[in-house]
Amino acid sequence: MILQYLDFERPIVDLENRLDQLKRLDDGTDKGVKEEIGKLERKIGKIRKEVFSNLTRWQITQLARHPNRPYMLDYIGHCFRNFLEIHGDRAFRDDPPVVCGFAELEGQRVLLIGQQKGRNTNEKIHRNFGMANPEGYRKALRVMKMAEKFRLPVITFIDTPGAFPGIGAEERGQSEAIARNLLEMAHLKTPIVVAVIGEGGSGGALALGVGDEILMMEHAVYSVISPEGCASILWRDTAKAEVAAEMMKITAPDLKKFGVIDRIVPEPLGGAHRDHKAAADALKAALVETLFPLVSMPLPQLLDRRYRKFREMGAIKRKAGGA
Amino acid sequence: MAIRLFRKKDESDKKIKIPEGMWIKCDACLEIIYKPEVERNLNVCPKCVYHFRIPATERIRAVTDEGTFAEFADDMESVDVLNFVDTKKYVDRLKEAKKKTGRKEAVIVGKGKINGIDIVLSVLDFEFQGGSMGSVVGEKVAMAAETALESHLPLVVFSASGGARMQEGTLSLMQMAKTGAALARLSDARLPYISVLTDPTTGGVAASFAMLGDVIISEPGALVGFAGPRVIEQTIKQKLPEGFQRAEFLLEHGMVDMIVERSRLKATLTQILRYLSGHGDR
Repeated sequence: MILQYLDFERPIVDLENRLDQLKRLDDGTDKGVKEEIGKLERKIGKIRKEVFSNLTRWQITQLARHPNRPYMLDYIGHCFRNFLEIHGDRAFRDDPPVVCGFAELEGQRVLLIGQQKGRNTNEKIHRNFGMANPEGYRKALRVMKMAEKFRLPVITFIDTPGAFPGIGAEERGQSEAIARNLLEMAHLKTPIVVAVIGEGGSGGALALGVGDEILMMEHAVYSVISPEGCASILWRDTAKAEVAAEMMKITAPDLKKFGVIDRIVPEPLGGAHRDHKAAADALKAALVETLFPLVSMPLPQLLDRRYRKFREMGAIKRKAGGA
Repeated sequence: MAIRLFRKKDESDKKIKIPEGMWIKCDACLEIIYKPEVERNLNVCPKCVYHFRIPATERIRAVTDEGTFAEFADDMESVDVLNFVDTKKYVDRLKEAKKKTGRKEAVIVGKGKINGIDIVLSVLDFEFQGGSMGSVVGEKVAMAAETALESHLPLVVFSASGGARMQEGTLSLMQMAKTGAALARLSDARLPYISVLTDPTTGGVAASFAMLGDVIISEPGALVGFAGPRVIEQTIKQKLPEGFQRAEFLLEHGMVDMIVERSRLKATLTQILRYLSGHGDR
């Protein structure tokens, strides 16, 4: 029985619960029940397809935040071997919303850096709802510098509502910590692959987001401000979040079109939260395909390519007629 | 005399009758002050040293040697890629900002001299859409850094911005990465970058080029931070202490090198530039 679902998932979940009940009745003797099961399964498939081929940007935002969505550590469990976590920024404290560690991807040794949300209340509090403090970004930077030193490629996972807006965060230089990572990642002498797996919330997401290839899960979002934040500032009404999500165009297909991301990783029908393993398999395939060519690329070419990628992002009009 | 750096919000809302034209009321000390005197004083209140916000053009006049500033890329304009409409259309907001400021975008970049020292200068304009960074601001700041690199010159950037421009969506966010990347190259070439923070410098501008200076200077009383005070208050559900996120708070927490009054800014920049320029790798 599925207990956590979104409003628009309801028709699917209702039918699935009925299917469960029928399957429990089915002892293999009643032909009618078997037929009914088949009918229901086809119906579920049809409705699921209908719902998921017409998702609004706000619905995709909700999917990106789904409580059952696979988080960084779920993907690590499925995609990598021998994960060994490392902690701390060597200056202030260890920040649990940012997870770092050694791992192997199909025999390639890598360093993983990413944002982790919590599943239950205790975990959520421990992970600060996926919102890092400056020490989290500085831990990430320390690990990146180690990756550079030992020529290990870096894979980052983005999944955060944003950097934490708190008094301590400001005192310890949240903006400096984010800014520093942007600068350092731009010229880090090792390949970086970025995967936006859930919520790409603003500067707090981008602070792990400068790399050679940017992957994005099909139902992830990546935005300059949360739809709620945008609605509250521009409309002075958080209820306008749905419109804000639509206006800001924050989905993977939107961002592929604008050249902000390089590749969309397909999710299983019904969303990554319905089948963690299938989602992880798709991400793993995309990571292997993108990372391995980068590892063999000469460093000057790699860095030049990374520079040009971000240098070219934007839309500008010039009187002289150039673009 | 007590120096009051912050605006007294509650009291300033009370209406005080002021004669039109020549007299203005200071936002901070609420004294009635003679406008020409304030202007002669670089728009700093002669009674309480409150630093009024000033437009980019005035800033350039105040720090560069007369007649030396040559602007480039002044033909760049924003594009409404998202067809963005909130309570107003983005294209209309741009039109209004252009009309109000007489400028095409929220930043001016160019080459100039400070007491004879050649520099590349970039100045954000808070009057144009709150100095917000969309594609054009990001592009011009990156261009300024690249020009400094090619011409082998120091870079000086004055920030005044509420952050990234929401109406250009994720492309605005990416300008943070773009400017950071350009500054990485400048840094690799050992060319100096001095960042001057003015009121206010927050959000995506604070969290990118503004906080990346080799030396970071702030004007007195400037609001500088990542999250806006309102967002923080809503998140932690408590009132923020007086002076939170002001320049003096940042100095105390080790986030800026110094606080410099407007009247001493040019001399201070000159002094720092003399230490840092001339070392870059050709």
